[in-house]
Amino acid sequence: MFGIKSDWSLEVKDRYFTLDDYCGVEPRWCTGCGDLGILTAMHKVCREAQLLPEKIVSVSGIGCSSRLPHYMGTYGFHGLHGRALPVACGIKSRRPDLDVWVATGDGDCFSIGAAHWVHALRYNMDITIIVFDNGIYGLTKKQTSPTTPEEYLTNTHPGGSLLPPLNPLTVTLGVTNVSFVAQMVDWNPPLLYETLKAAHDHKGTSFVRIIQRCPVYMEQRSLDLQNDPADLLLLKHDDGIPVPDTVQKMFKNQLEHNPYDLGAAFTVAANTEKIPLGLLYRNPNARRYDEMTRRGLNMTDEERLKGLNEALDKFAV
Amino acid sequence: MLNQTDLTTPQPASLSYEFVPGGEAEPLDEHIVEIVSDSGEGAQKCGQLFGAISAQMGNGVWTVEIIPAEIQPPARTPEGASGIRVRVGSRLMTNMGNEADLVIAFNEQVLLSRIAAGAYKEGTIVLLDDMWASDPLEEIREAYASALEYIKSRGLILHEVSIQQECLKVIPDPLKGKNMFVLGMLCHIYNRDPQKGLAEIGKIFRRKKESVIRSNQELFAVGYDYARENVDYHFDIAGKAATDKPMVVMNGNQAIGLGVMASGMELVSMYPITPATSASHFLADDFNLTGGFVHQAEDEIAAIGFAIGASYAGKTACTITSGPGIALKTEMIGLAVMAEIPLVIIDVQRGGPSTGLPTKVEQGDLLASLYGAPGDSPKVILAPATISECFHFVTLARRLAESFRTPVLVLTDANLATGMQPFERPECDAEWFAPPIDQSDWDESVAAFDWHDETGLSARPIPGMRGGEYVLTGLAHNRRSKIAYDMVSNQMGCDMRSRKLAALAQTLISPEIHGDQEGDLLVIGWGSTLGTIEEAVDNLRATGKRVSSLHLRFISPLEPGLHDICTRFKKVMTIEMNYSDDPAASLISKETRRYAQLAQVLRAHTLLDIDCWSVVQGQPLQPGNVTAIIKERIDAIAGAK
Ligand SMILES: Cc1ncc(C[n+]2csc(CCOP(=O)(O)OP(=O)(O)O)c2C)c(N)n1
Ligand code: SF4
Ligand SMILES: [Mg+2]
Repeated sequence: MFGIKSDWSLEVKDRYFTLDDYCGVEPRWCTGCGDLGILTAMHKVCREAQLLPEKIVSVSGIGCSSRLPHYMGTYGFHGLHGRALPVACGIKSRRPDLDVWVATGDGDCFSIGAAHWVHALRYNMDITIIVFDNGIYGLTKKQTSPTTPEEYLTNTHPGGSLLPPLNPLTVTLGVTNVSFVAQMVDWNPPLLYETLKAAHDHKGTSFVRIIQRCPVYMEQRSLDLQNDPADLLLLKHDDGIPVPDTVQKMFKNQLEHNPYDLGAAFTVAANTEKIPLGLLYRNPNARRYDEMTRRGLNMTDEERLKGLNEALDKFAV
Repeated sequence: MLNQTDLTTPQPASLSYEFVPGGEAEPLDEHIVEIVSDSGEGAQKCGQLFGAISAQMGNGVWTVEIIPAEIQPPARTPEGASGIRVRVGSRLMTNMGNEADLVIAFNEQVLLSRIAAGAYKEGTIVLLDDMWASDPLEEIREAYASALEYIKSRGLILHEVSIQQECLKVIPDPLKGKNMFVLGMLCHIYNRDPQKGLAEIGKIFRRKKESVIRSNQELFAVGYDYARENVDYHFDIAGKAATDKPMVVMNGNQAIGLGVMASGMELVSMYPITPATSASHFLADDFNLTGGFVHQAEDEIAAIGFAIGASYAGKTACTITSGPGIALKTEMIGLAVMAEIPLVIIDVQRGGPSTGLPTKVEQGDLLASLYGAPGDSPKVILAPATISECFHFVTLARRLAESFRTPVLVLTDANLATGMQPFERPECDAEWFAPPIDQSDWDESVAAFDWHDETGLSARPIPGMRGGEYVLTGLAHNRRSKIAYDMVSNQMGCDMRSRKLAALAQTLISPEIHGDQEGDLLVIGWGSTLGTIEEAVDNLRATGKRVSSLHLRFISPLEPGLHDICTRFKKVMTIEMNYSDDPAASLISKETRRYAQLAQVLRAHTLLDIDCWSVVQGQPLQPGNVTAIIKERIDAIAGAK
């Protein structure tokens, strides 16, 4: 990790990055908020990979979770509620050199931004999407989100949420050309780190849903899972998320799951009794839209001018 | 024309016809020709080629498409009328003119719909296909016969011609091909060089089989001969002496598309919407020539979001849309204003509100563009008035967007989008292209919004610049782009963004006045109505009326000096294609009257009692009509001549 390379030079040393280099302003999330753990894991992934801070852009929508870019020491784009994905895809479209991360909430991604969620998955551009799913609208103070558990009392459904929650995993797996789908909890730092690292390493759109603690508005959901991990199912595979030895024993339920098997991924995702953690699906061969959108990027001005004249001449009289 | 040869693939060298020249031709200054048919019969293509051939002969040309609302409306119905109007003259043509002088109709029903629309006058020459007289269905024969009577009763000069019959001698199914026969007829009637017709046909079918080119050229030649032998009209509209300057002919959407390429932008991000889409169709074909890409997004919001992403990353992008799309993009436009993201937004306006009149013209988005976003959202708004301005304003827009770190809206309309006009071929320059993105180190002591106190201008760090890392946000922020809800920061941000418009206004010059610098009435317009308004003003000036006009290209900020100019006239009015209350209508008083959109803006801007006249009939304004309106207004001015 210290980057002692054969071509060791001052430049390399000059540009050794510490965690601090990836930190922005002091996070302002509530005490005990799961967002913090996710941010820490992201910082660590950047540091371990020694990513150039000026080449990273973290893009978000609006919500508690979407504050994340401010807490990164990189470029950031804190845009509109639900609209992080089109912006992220646009950034990547003509700047393949930039490393684009997206932080989005369950309302941001699965509700107001649902159209973009489906289409970004299909575009499969090389970006990393992290959904901070606390099952509630946090920033706007406890309204029902698409993943709020049924009968849960919220400010918009004081008698209890009316419908069964949306299953983001089956929806995601159902999108043509999807290429990387993982799920994790925020309170297992080693696994979280491995998950984000694998997602970032993947070439294509990586979708990671993180079940996130919101002790203020949705405490019980995560407490139950923390207290009784029997509801969790750890997915294991050589090409899955590496499971550090230290965390192996935390999980009573483990399943050897082939991430190249879409059908098996659906079965695992659809079982709401056992919440899968790990890599559900991976397809390294999915078509990449960013390889198409960057077409013509390296044209010289002379070539462009020639092309422009050619286009114009078609209208000559 | 000859500079095309390298582009047109198979040059049908073997096809040469000896055309017998027509006799003595009656000279005309100008003529308005319409070709109307059921949709799918190719009338528009025919008219476009007729326009292109005329432009090559040095004529001024303006074309307007007649488009039915449905893709496949029932045949032989008035609603199904599809076609094109071509106005050809010896001088520059800038608008569709008044009633047509000659029309070729493929059936009587579509003709009836154009009569109902007021497109013709007493004496308009009608050449109508006679195939319906012998139709096997009695009801069709009857409908045809009764229409003939009606057409004559309206004072139109009717001639039946055998389009279908003659085409059948050449091809088994004239549905595809009749239009080239008609093109041949027109070329004879208007004494156009038939060789140019053959060449144009070769050009448009260059991707088709040789046999397709041949049969279409043959239809053309047969049509030409048919008119020579059977149609008594033989006109000539002299072209200007051929200039050395090369010319191009295209419509406004093609000009926008080429403008995008010329501006050096590399990305157009769009969602299909009439009447904007054809600009993207053009780009989808040719953008690769300058290394660009058209992204068809999942919706309008995503389209502008994608463009904003690219722009933020240093590649200023463009999104092209129409009114309903602008409505959806509003929140994103506000973000681009707030976070000072350069961006070009093109709105090809159509009739509104809501889905409105998808294929028809209106200038109804001016106020929505200016004020659509919540909060104060100052941005640059441009309004090209001609096809060539559609081309040039895109580069202007990109440059303004980057220099002033702002979204720039370009308002065109359905009239410009489909109107075709020849103009001087731009001499392209690599200077027009965006410079390569700056990836040098950023001086960390300089804030991301290092606003110049007077102008509000600031340089921006682009991702990849070491030391420039900042977080763009749509929330209120300070110079360092840190979220700031305090009183001072928000006021400061709003001040600085507004100041940029004042700074831009400093660089503009006063608009030119068409006509005298002072007088009884000043007419102010914007956008595609330029040619119509000036033609009307010229008509009236020729009769001694003291009227002038002025056409705005900058809507935001407004061009300077408007107050002073307006005070030099007894009365000032705008003429627009958007809604205003008729002052004579019931319940409408000084208090309740709602003015046309530019008029509202100018009244607030100049504090003068600026009047207006506007309609929302989905049609381009006609010079005859506008002449009458202006005359009426002048005559009402006390002391006016
Ligand atoms: C267009 C628009 N509509 C509504 C809002 C208000 N709003 C802000 S955040 C939010 C929901 C956030 O929930 P989620 O995405 O789950 O993020 P969390 O705060 O839970 O992390 C809403 C409704 C907004 N900012 N913009
Ligand atoms: S409200 Fe919930 S999600 Fe938002 S910061 Fe607090 S704990 Fe985190
Ligand atoms: Mg949430």
